[in-house]
Amino acid sequence: MPSPLLSVVAAGAALRAGETTSVELLASVLSRAEMTESELHCYLNLDREGAMEAARRADEQMARGEERGPLHGIPVAVKDNMCTRGLETTCSSQILAGYHPPYDATAVTRLRQAGAVIVGKTNLDEFAMGSSTENSAYGPTRNPWDTERVPGGSSGGSAAAVATGSAMAALGSDTGGSIRQPAALCGVVGMKPTYGLVSRYGLVAFASSLDQIGPLTRTVADGALVLQAVAGHDPADATSYAGPVPDFSAGLQRGVDGLRVGVVKELDGDGYQAEVSSATDDMLGRLASSGAEVEEVSLPLFDVALSAYYLIAPAECSANLARFDGMRYGLSIKKATAAATMAATRVEGFGPEVIRRILLGTYALSAGYFDAFYGQAQKVRSLLQEEFRNAYQQVDVLVSPTSPTTAFRLGERTQDPLSMYRSDICTIPSNLSGHPAISVPIGLDSKGLPIGFQVMAPALGERVMLTVAAEVERIAGFCALPPPALAPPTEVPL
Amino acid sequence: MKWEPVIGIEVHVELDTASKMFCGCRVSFGDPPNTNVCPVCLALPGSLPVPNREAIERIIRLGLALNCGINPGSVFHRKNYYYADLPKNYQISQFDIPVCVDGWLDVESDRKAFRVGIERVHMEEDTGKSVHVGEGGRIHTAAETLVDFNRAGTPLVEIVSRPDLTSAADARVYAQQLRAVVAETGVSDARMERGSLRFDANVSIRPEGSETLGVKVEVKNMNSFRSLEKAISAEIERQTARRLAGERVVMETRHWDETGGITRGMRTKEGSSDYRYFTEPDLAPMIFDDSWVEAARSTLPELPGPRRERYQRMGLSPASARVLASSDPDLRRLFQDAVAAGAAPVQAAHWITGEITASLRRREASPKDVPLRGRHLAQLTQMVGEERISAGAAREVLEGVITGEGSPSQVARARNLEQISDRVALEGAVEEVLDAHPQAVERYRSGEKKVRGFLVGQVMKVTSGRADPRAVNQILTARLEG
Repeated sequence: MPSPLLSVVAAGAALRAGETTSVELLASVLSRAEMTESELHCYLNLDREGAMEAARRADEQMARGEERGPLHGIPVAVKDNMCTRGLETTCSSQILAGYHPPYDATAVTRLRQAGAVIVGKTNLDEFAMGSSTENSAYGPTRNPWDTERVPGGSSGGSAAAVATGSAMAALGSDTGGSIRQPAALCGVVGMKPTYGLVSRYGLVAFASSLDQIGPLTRTVADGALVLQAVAGHDPADATSYAGPVPDFSAGLQRGVDGLRVGVVKELDGDGYQAEVSSATDDMLGRLASSGAEVEEVSLPLFDVALSAYYLIAPAECSANLARFDGMRYGLSIKKATAAATMAATRVEGFGPEVIRRILLGTYALSAGYFDAFYGQAQKVRSLLQEEFRNAYQQVDVLVSPTSPTTAFRLGERTQDPLSMYRSDICTIPSNLSGHPAISVPIGLDSKGLPIGFQVMAPALGERVMLTVAAEVERIAGFCALPPPALAPPTEVPL
Repeated sequence: MKWEPVIGIEVHVELDTASKMFCGCRVSFGDPPNTNVCPVCLALPGSLPVPNREAIERIIRLGLALNCGINPGSVFHRKNYYYADLPKNYQISQFDIPVCVDGWLDVESDRKAFRVGIERVHMEEDTGKSVHVGEGGRIHTAAETLVDFNRAGTPLVEIVSRPDLTSAADARVYAQQLRAVVAETGVSDARMERGSLRFDANVSIRPEGSETLGVKVEVKNMNSFRSLEKAISAEIERQTARRLAGERVVMETRHWDETGGITRGMRTKEGSSDYRYFTEPDLAPMIFDDSWVEAARSTLPELPGPRRERYQRMGLSPASARVLASSDPDLRRLFQDAVAAGAAPVQAAHWITGEITASLRRREASPKDVPLRGRHLAQLTQMVGEERISAGAAREVLEGVITGEGSPSQVARARNLEQISDRVALEGAVEEVLDAHPQAVERYRSGEKKVRGFLVGQVMKVTSGRADPRAVNQILTARLEG
């Protein structure tokens, strides 16, 4: 049986060479899941039968010579806030327990069209609100590197699944860092593309102006392949980018010679784990050795980005989650009147963090408070975008740690929402600006926990971002390491 | 102290585009419940709105017809409130940057002409329809409420007037003439019975001559011109009575109770509605370039106001011009065709707004259903003018034409309705009558002049009413006096 820790590139090559089959790859991934799920809980719903059928179909197509591209026959996991036709989609919320969407999200449709095999739906913080996956109504996911620790969030299930080998790649969604931060904490590659590059149709909205779907993979090259499959214009999403999509895999080997790399001054110092800072500095030195021109760049508004985010995102969520009212689908606690039914359903169906954000957002939009809160946050957002634009006049990419710390313990931050919110301090600015950003693992701290390195780029700058990320990956040489906390997989890949 | 009302009207117009505002579902009326629905208009998780270009073109056309400026860019907002027939629990609407602003409509009634300012015309989506099942069909007595989402997401245009109206009657005329513009521009079927047009009125009163506005009450739930007028009257009465009794008027929203003939408060707290408007993040701002707006302008049909003026320049009276200008397009085409075929405009309008309209109404027919053409009407007016038929006979001829008996001259001949103005024939008829009534002749000659009327009548009788009465009078007078 092939290793479940094969990269997508390697597994695809083996498939096309006839050395393995999609059914074998899936079996490998599923057996890994059998071994790890009871402890890790990456998945809310493993679709063994549906996946096996898709894998068989992929093998038949391959046998007939119908090749659908690099993802053909590859087992991929999907975060459970993306609609999958006929497959339960809960967003880790009680309010959507038992909900079976009648349609596939566009990103899911594109995965299927690319021949990918959808293994199942991964765990997340309820409605993607959180940084640890502890806000799941169905129990937390644990970090494969240390099961006493969180995998990050909100795409914690996707990140942990890829890290442990219960999927070869996964889709996540990133509103304030929900792909990159768990990728960093689980030692995988996580990418948030430019806003609009991947259709949001079928992604259950948290904060519409910030949400973006992206890949979690074991390598940068794999991330480029998954992004290629799901990116591109979708007439069903009015905010979808309508221009041409470049070849993301081209130029991965180009190297950083002559590229200008800006280190964000504000994303270091107080609150940053020393080992994270030193690993980042070390990487900067090595990038410089590879020919990059490394310089420090100051973006002062990064200091207030978190505050702006925690007004804008809750404001949008307060409207986006209004539709969960027990009237048409999902949980419904029947009372004497429609209004009472709605209220009871929502109080019962939403978890505390979701309710906290709905309240925050409702407050921020209320008459008399709008200008001071939501209005002010929008101004900060515009100014921040300008600050980014100016920075990108000087440098090709900006870099920083992905997360100020490595994985924290379960329960460590649940009683202090503000400390939890600060987990996303490095990732949030790119959501507010709509720019792409990627997290690449660069090493382990003294506790053996992965450290992530973030590369940010201007709008539609995925190619230069991926070039730098690939070089970071090459320098770090991290991706050959399996997560040690669980029994090792059958063989070490690559 | 005398109190005068100040009234502004909000009109909601459902557009009859092929598909809904933000999804591909069919816009329809009367289909089985919940058959024209999809993930978007049911607000299933993950669905997203995509704006309907045709609806945007239509609102621009309507805005131009109402003399509005078109904002170079326009933004959708979310209007947040919870209601079971509002699937997303927010309505995609517009807030501070609507598509059209600052227009007006010139209104003309029997009594006066006035201009009503249009503050804004904005784009939004309709809600689903709640059906209260149980006693009385009212929400508070209903056993349960069913929701039909077929209507949810239908493009809805809101036209907000300035508080320029001063009576319920004026408000009604404004609404009627606004409806004519809506119908004329083709943006909506404007069918009242389907609820394609719905009205809300903002009513306040103030001491006569005062410049400041009083406390405003919004009255909702009117779906006919009649109920609009009645609701406003009732609300003015209610407010006036309160003020006269020394009580104050509270800012609130009230519902029009058609059967009770009164407005009813909705038990909401004063100033409690906070819709928490914010920019709709799922939709990019709309940018309208000038060429697009000008293209829309070039497709505008002639509107009732300018048409009214044109008719008056053709010689029609203001009243006649007003009636004709807002009449059925096929009737107006008949008018133009008749004039082109030589009819005098005043005569053609007289027939169309009078006898022809009445006749069509009697048979519940539209002008298209009957074989009456412009050249027929021209011929008819010509025959009357030349006194070939009497006015009475002309009505009969018209009926014949409408029922398909042929052209007016054919009908007149076939029905034997042509006026006898031929002197020889009339002299014969007069002789016949004089011979038959020697005593009457005697009485006339002995000075009883009123007997002539009887004799004229007898001549009309023997000619079956076809004799030209003036010629008969002349001949008779000559014979009796001679």
